[in-house]
Amino acid sequence: MFSPKRPQKEIKYQELRIYTDEELRNYTEEELKEFKIKHPIPDVEELEKGPWPSFVADAKREALRRRKLADDRMMIDRYVVEDLLGQLQLSFEDGETHWKHGGIVGVFGYGGGVIGRYSDVPEKFPGVAHFHTIRVNQPASKFYKTDFLRALCDLWEYRGSGLMNMHGSTGDIILLGTTTDQLEPIFYDLTHELDQDLGGSGSNLRTPSCCIGRARCEWACYDTQDMCYEITMHYQDELHRPAFPYKFKIKFDGCPIGCVASIARADISVIGTWRDAIRIDQDAVKAYIEGDILPSGGAHRGRDWGKFDIKKEVLDLCPTKCMWMEDGKLVIDNNECVRCMHCITVMPRALRPGTDTGVSILIGAKAPILEGAQLSQVIVPFMKVEPPYDNVKELIDKVWEFWMEEGKNRERVGELIQRVGLPKFLEVLGLPPAPQMVKMPRTNPYIFWKEEDVPGGFTRDINEYRAKHKR
Amino acid sequence: MALSTGKYGKYDPQSPTKDRITDIGPRHFWEFFPPIIQRNYGKWLYHEVLEPGVLVHVSETGEKVYTVRCGSPRLMSVEYVREICDIADKYCDGYVRFTTRNNIEFMVDSLEKVQALKQELESRKFYSGSYKFPVGGTGACISNVVHTQGYIHCHTPATDASSLVKAVMDELFDYFKSMVLPAKVRVAVACCLNMCGAVHCSDIALLGIHRKPPIIDHEVIDQVCELPLVIASCPLGAISPDKTPEGKRTLKIKVERCMFCGNCYTMCPALPIADKTGDGVAILVGGKLSNRVSEPKFSKVVVAYLPNNFPRYPEVVQTVKKIVEVYAQDARKHERLGDWIERIGWERFFEKTGIPFTEHLIDDYRLAYDTYRTSTQFKFTEAAWEVSRAAGGIE
Repeated sequence: MFSPKRPQKEIKYQELRIYTDEELRNYTEEELKEFKIKHPIPDVEELEKGPWPSFVADAKREALRRRKLADDRMMIDRYVVEDLLGQLQLSFEDGETHWKHGGIVGVFGYGGGVIGRYSDVPEKFPGVAHFHTIRVNQPASKFYKTDFLRALCDLWEYRGSGLMNMHGSTGDIILLGTTTDQLEPIFYDLTHELDQDLGGSGSNLRTPSCCIGRARCEWACYDTQDMCYEITMHYQDELHRPAFPYKFKIKFDGCPIGCVASIARADISVIGTWRDAIRIDQDAVKAYIEGDILPSGGAHRGRDWGKFDIKKEVLDLCPTKCMWMEDGKLVIDNNECVRCMHCITVMPRALRPGTDTGVSILIGAKAPILEGAQLSQVIVPFMKVEPPYDNVKELIDKVWEFWMEEGKNRERVGELIQRVGLPKFLEVLGLPPAPQMVKMPRTNPYIFWKEEDVPGGFTRDINEYRAKHKR
Repeated sequence: MALSTGKYGKYDPQSPTKDRITDIGPRHFWEFFPPIIQRNYGKWLYHEVLEPGVLVHVSETGEKVYTVRCGSPRLMSVEYVREICDIADKYCDGYVRFTTRNNIEFMVDSLEKVQALKQELESRKFYSGSYKFPVGGTGACISNVVHTQGYIHCHTPATDASSLVKAVMDELFDYFKSMVLPAKVRVAVACCLNMCGAVHCSDIALLGIHRKPPIIDHEVIDQVCELPLVIASCPLGAISPDKTPEGKRTLKIKVERCMFCGNCYTMCPALPIADKTGDGVAILVGGKLSNRVSEPKFSKVVVAYLPNNFPRYPEVVQTVKKIVEVYAQDARKHERLGDWIERIGWERFFEKTGIPFTEHLIDDYRLAYDTYRTSTQFKFTEAAWEVSRAAGGIE
């Protein structure tokens, strides 16, 4: 149904593997129980207790594994994990981090994807003297085959710390901690053997990400994975070579529920929507009312909330009150619907999004640094999207051109829009203004009229004025 | 071809561009979809949460896919990932998925497999007793926490993340494994105001903050930093040029203007801002990013500072627990935390939770006026009577 832009290598762990089965089982649970790392870490070990998965207990087995691997079966310090836990203990004691500020490292030809990190106490913890991060561009919506993951694990244990994040905040697989000399060998094997590239970091396009979309969700209004993949591939140069004023994130949500948080976290938020009617199955509506189907797909089944009440739980919560019951049937005035999806989430078997689907494009979300947090704002209310998504690419290109020209150092595009004003931004994009773009019209009358707005222009003669009005 | 071994593997440091492959992007998603997902792509009709952590999605083809969701610590070793792979190989033909909130999803095609899989996941524990793969995180629950790196890998944190998440989730564990809340509650952690975890739209956000201005490393600042860039980096214009007694170029900071954002340290390593007693955790609540019922909104600061009491942060954990419990008891079905607070009013929120309202919670930064009450519509609580007494309005 979908295919990669170029043929990809098939990943077979048995062909790629570094470690033998014996090496992979080189410690026992008994040894693990007895195992003490080389530093005293009482506060860190406190975190082994409690029901939630303990990253400390997990890290210690990697520490033990490294104790028992042969010298030539790992390319960075044997004690890297132990030193990391030791440094964490010291950070708890000092109440301050022990990582030095920044550090510029990377792979040849790329300006992003690797974040340099150095310990400020290398004499105590030599294993983490260098502890660089590698960002690996995740597959859209984070499905994997174990062959790929196992191969990545072998590569990372052999050439790195064996610690990772699945996943980082932006979406990448984060490989935590290696030395400078291993960066190129890792990149070589990633690209040559795993057919896999790095993600973004620094002032560039950050790795785009998307929700689960049509792969396993009935509400996705477009192919989020396909669009995420296409945009990622189309902008590889922008992703790897920083040329922007600051970071730039693009996220793809299939519907207004927003499972990848694009509206809060992306400079360009692509959010699926529809412009026709919500599909209604009246029999199912009846079944919900009569209690034959559990509301909200059973999401509230842990507590007795009483009998389902369609008025209280659906009609009264509709933000525009555009739905009501008539002769035992649910009626929706779709013209007045703002697609908040509450009714759909409560009665998923009775209601479904429409079929004339597309996306809304909102721009400018960011975290608070510096001017305060921003949510993305509506720029294009509705847009049809089909591969290769040229209309979206054109919009992205225009935004970037303006931002690269006008943006100040470390100014996100949302802050730039604030600084120059939305009207200016719309002019740049060639879009007409619409009430959908604002919560309300301005309350002050200080309008920046342009000379061409006013008949006769701005040039006037003081003598003519004075002929009528004495000083 | 196998992965390479030896110090440089197949990479030749003498000719770094030899056979170089670049700009190939991520692996394509389709190959990673289990066959049942491929067959039913775009054909899903509806889904249901069968029990905490177990979902079924029903397709128009009649096929059903069952998902068992479990929490992960996000920071994990290759051993943990290999264990995930063992389970995925055993039950799911080698397919597995991760969610945006760091949960792991195993998908199978029958209820029998669900039971076996669930049992296996719940039975796997660390030697210390922690679950490795607690099943839950669906529906009206507290799902896994999205968070940042903290002391594990970051140079600017004001707190640690992995330990804070562990401490909070140990306490809220039952809410992860059940669906008893009025609506879902999203908890997020960011270690400093840079917020690479972007927690600003979470039901409950825990945010590392600094409270002392940067220290100036006069000896090196002129060599390691571009002084004009550092001056420009301060959003409040608190930084200006200066000279040391020896006549070296340096900077000075107008302390009363500093809002402790740390942006100057991000720009310049000679301005360290972290401090054991200065740093701590702020709690923000009531944000959301879904468009369901109400519009997306920011989280608001309800606790300006709690100490970094490593490794268990009892003050933070107890405050979070209190907020969740009051919400669970008081909110209406479907009402998110922020919607509940807006219905009852902030004055009532502070009364019900017993969280003290301090001057630090009143905005005095940009757009502060938008947050001031400009109506006579408010509720009377003890806090109001205190003002009345102070103003001589009542005895």
